[in-house]
Amino acid sequence: MSDALHIQPEVGTSHGAHHDEHHVHHHKETFITKYIFSQDHKTIGKQFLITGIIWAIIGGLFSVLFRLQLGFPDQTFPILETFFGKWAEGGRIKPEFYYALVTMHGTVLVFFVLTAGLSGTFANLLIPLQVGARDMASPLMNMLSYWFFFMASVVMIASMFIQTGPAAGGWTVYPPLSALGEASIGSKAGMDMWIIAMALFVVSQLLAGLNYVSTILNMRTKGMSMTRLPLTVWALFFTAVLGILSFPVLLSGLILLLFDRNLGTSFYLSDIYIGGQALPNEGGSAILFQHLFWFLGHPEVYIILLPAMGMVSEVLSVNSRKPIFGYMAMLGSMFAICILAFLVWAHHMFVTGLNPFLGSVFVLLTLLIAVPSAIKVFNWLTTLWRGNIRFTPAALFGIGFVSLFISGGLTGIFLGNSTIDIHLHDTMFVVAHFHIVMGVASFFGMFAGVYHWFPKMYGRYMNNTLGYIHFWVTMIGAYLIFWPIHYQGLAGMPRRYLDKSVWVNFSQFHELDKMITVVSIIVFAVQLMFVFNFFYSIFKGRKVTTQNPWGATTLEWTTPINPGHGNWTGEIPEVHRWAYDYGKDGREFIPQTEPVGANESKH
Amino acid sequence: MQTFFIIAILVLGFLITFQIAKASEYVAVIRGEEKSRKQTNKINAFLLLLFLIVGLIGVWYCNDRLAGKILKIGEASSDHGILVDRMLKYTLIATGVVFVITQGLLFWYSFKYQESDKRKAYYFPHDNKLELIWTVVPAIVLTVLVGFGIVYWYRITGPAPKEAMIVEITGSQFKWEYRYPGADKELGKKYYKKINPEEQNPLGQIWEDEFNHDDVYTSGQDEPLHLVVNRPVKLIINAKDVIHDVGLAHFRLKMDAVPGTPTTMWFTPTKTTEQMKKETGNPDFVYEISCDQMCGAGHTSMRGTIVVETQEAYDQWFASKKSQYAMMLEAKNPPAADSAGAKPAAPAADTVKGLAQLK
Repeated sequence: MSDALHIQPEVGTSHGAHHDEHHVHHHKETFITKYIFSQDHKTIGKQFLITGIIWAIIGGLFSVLFRLQLGFPDQTFPILETFFGKWAEGGRIKPEFYYALVTMHGTVLVFFVLTAGLSGTFANLLIPLQVGARDMASPLMNMLSYWFFFMASVVMIASMFIQTGPAAGGWTVYPPLSALGEASIGSKAGMDMWIIAMALFVVSQLLAGLNYVSTILNMRTKGMSMTRLPLTVWALFFTAVLGILSFPVLLSGLILLLFDRNLGTSFYLSDIYIGGQALPNEGGSAILFQHLFWFLGHPEVYIILLPAMGMVSEVLSVNSRKPIFGYMAMLGSMFAICILAFLVWAHHMFVTGLNPFLGSVFVLLTLLIAVPSAIKVFNWLTTLWRGNIRFTPAALFGIGFVSLFISGGLTGIFLGNSTIDIHLHDTMFVVAHFHIVMGVASFFGMFAGVYHWFPKMYGRYMNNTLGYIHFWVTMIGAYLIFWPIHYQGLAGMPRRYLDKSVWVNFSQFHELDKMITVVSIIVFAVQLMFVFNFFYSIFKGRKVTTQNPWGATTLEWTTPINPGHGNWTGEIPEVHRWAYDYGKDGREFIPQTEPVGANESKH
Repeated sequence: MQTFFIIAILVLGFLITFQIAKASEYVAVIRGEEKSRKQTNKINAFLLLLFLIVGLIGVWYCNDRLAGKILKIGEASSDHGILVDRMLKYTLIATGVVFVITQGLLFWYSFKYQESDKRKAYYFPHDNKLELIWTVVPAIVLTVLVGFGIVYWYRITGPAPKEAMIVEITGSQFKWEYRYPGADKELGKKYYKKINPEEQNPLGQIWEDEFNHDDVYTSGQDEPLHLVVNRPVKLIINAKDVIHDVGLAHFRLKMDAVPGTPTTMWFTPTKTTEQMKKETGNPDFVYEISCDQMCGAGHTSMRGTIVVETQEAYDQWFASKKSQYAMMLEAKNPPAADSAGAKPAAPAADTVKGLAQLK
């Protein structure tokens, strides 16, 4: 059935592909050009992934540390003092340390892991492979995007080691708290470094995003019309567009903040009396920053979520051996989400004193997003319906993603409605909501992607048994951790409280907090196991022996098992059909490269 | 030591798991990969179904354990809170139904349509009718929810009634301060550069403004905020340093305190503190003001309390209070000078400037 593919001799090893004379831009490769300053999109994707994994371990570890404080507020952990010194004197996490941990956990996971690590990895890996291009439109820009990300990482890491510690005003860094060193120790030098790191990060995102968009628009192989693209590519396309349009707004907001901090301007500052002194600043607006921040901040949620949606669509379709249901509806709903993502930012600001009329407009637009989201969920369900589902670890994570997306999406309907938001805003309910829908769900999409495309990345499989354990513990753990947190929110408990003992009405969840902490430690340990599985399998995993191990239709599986720089050894294959001909006319699957037969049924 | 043991157990557990995982891979190769793959497939399909059943029981169990600890939906202590609760209830019902149906279908389909040699996947790329249905139905449900939401939202955020009592609440790291207008029912002007706690002016009141002369100041650290049951109250919310947030969980209300931009919020408390003590069965019950917007290292401890009482009790309490203006004068002219000199001192040059800026 795959006779339409190019069958190339001797493509089983990576070296075979490398010395192929098809790529004009190919020089003699050294270790440095191949693995470090590589311009090969696949290597850059792996660089993003591995850097993302390291960041995820750091960010996850921070959450374990502050969960220790939440679960066992009365206990001391001398080991903490050993590692963190004055920040955890006597084995107790100081409030300053707690807030630094929370802030870094948020920043790291939202930006460095789920933006750079997720779309950075899979956009780089999949866009050229799935549209049929030898590399990105500009491999150099692509390489720079990784190295700007790397520099951002270095600055952010460095900020954790300075005397006054990293930024500690929450990942949203609202001024005046983040603008005034007097207000918080984390708002001293750590905050400047946070801004610099984020500025570098924005540069990285823009370089990457422009590259993704131009590659998708200009470098598709012959026959690959836009509506024949796999949904992964569409999702990554929308992600890139969102990033290009919204990250600059964040940058502008941060630059104004930098000015307020260091040059005495008053963009965000007004009427402040702090530390026994009245500051000279008058006329600024603290709310302006929130508008600028959330103009990125909300699209950012979809920057994180869309790639996961795209990959899950692909993985579920491949493994249920059925076409994705409603391709055009999926595409349309992603487009709708993309547009609406820019029109809902003020739903994060319902209780800032926003004009009530403006608030009501944002309620309407926010709840509108539920419509395309619902379409997507029903389409995924219908994709599974009457399929013939293979539960690879990737497929399980795909199903888990849908489950979490439903759970977290529905609680969004509570928060998007300003009337309920007045009550639940900034409570633990919000924490539960966005961790499920944006945090864990996107991680599930990322895991699905890693398990599914690992054979393409390294020519080996990851260990399946460890994959299944990873899935089940994470799935059960995610619900055990975040489901009960909704109840804390419904009790009115504010977020970012590290010790509830002085509160009459919030201190009744002691046992629950303990349970959540224990589960989160277990879940974190299982993630470490995944990381181990990942690195172990790179070197020792079972080798892939067939070109197309999952029986998928898309172009990446027509490349050699270990594709070199340039991806295809012969000519780039031509595409004749959409990416989802599974189970058609009694055939298991029909690759995109196969010409449409004379008697083939239409869809 | 304990930490060491935990780490040792984790490492050991991991090593064992890893060895089993590695072994199972070899076994799979020996037994035939296809065969063992199909077996694993069955196990996972079964586990997915089990997850659905245990999960739904878990949802029920969790609710059973924790429902008693949350704020009772429908029993809010303010008129606006009742609206919030009602909206919450409608949304809970709508989303609850969708939750059970969609999660049920997801895991049921996963189980039912697991790989089988007997079946072939059904080629079903799209169906306009179905897609139209699940675009329109959610849209209608959401329109209803938005409709209720916006009506309630306007009611809650609309202008306060004329007879509402006014109280000003000011947040700063990490305490709340309150100011009540006296007989004139109006708060005097203030300017942040006038703040001077040593000279009995913790809020920066401008003494030249006569409305200030009968304003009463209390600090949240010494005293609760006093409100009258069944009497609308309009809070004027300020912050001195960073953004705080007045969180009133039992009234289901919340509003940010932003330095430089005063905000307002009004509501009618409907249950006195005494009543709540009985209702909750907790003799220590107090209405708490929580700071809900991260404001620095002491965010967790930024607690204020509220007493909701009858008009008589309130009047009695208020009568015992001295205006801040009087306190300031006392501090300036010690009691020996007597209260005869209760005239404001000549305005300093920058006060005039401050007043000008206020206009």
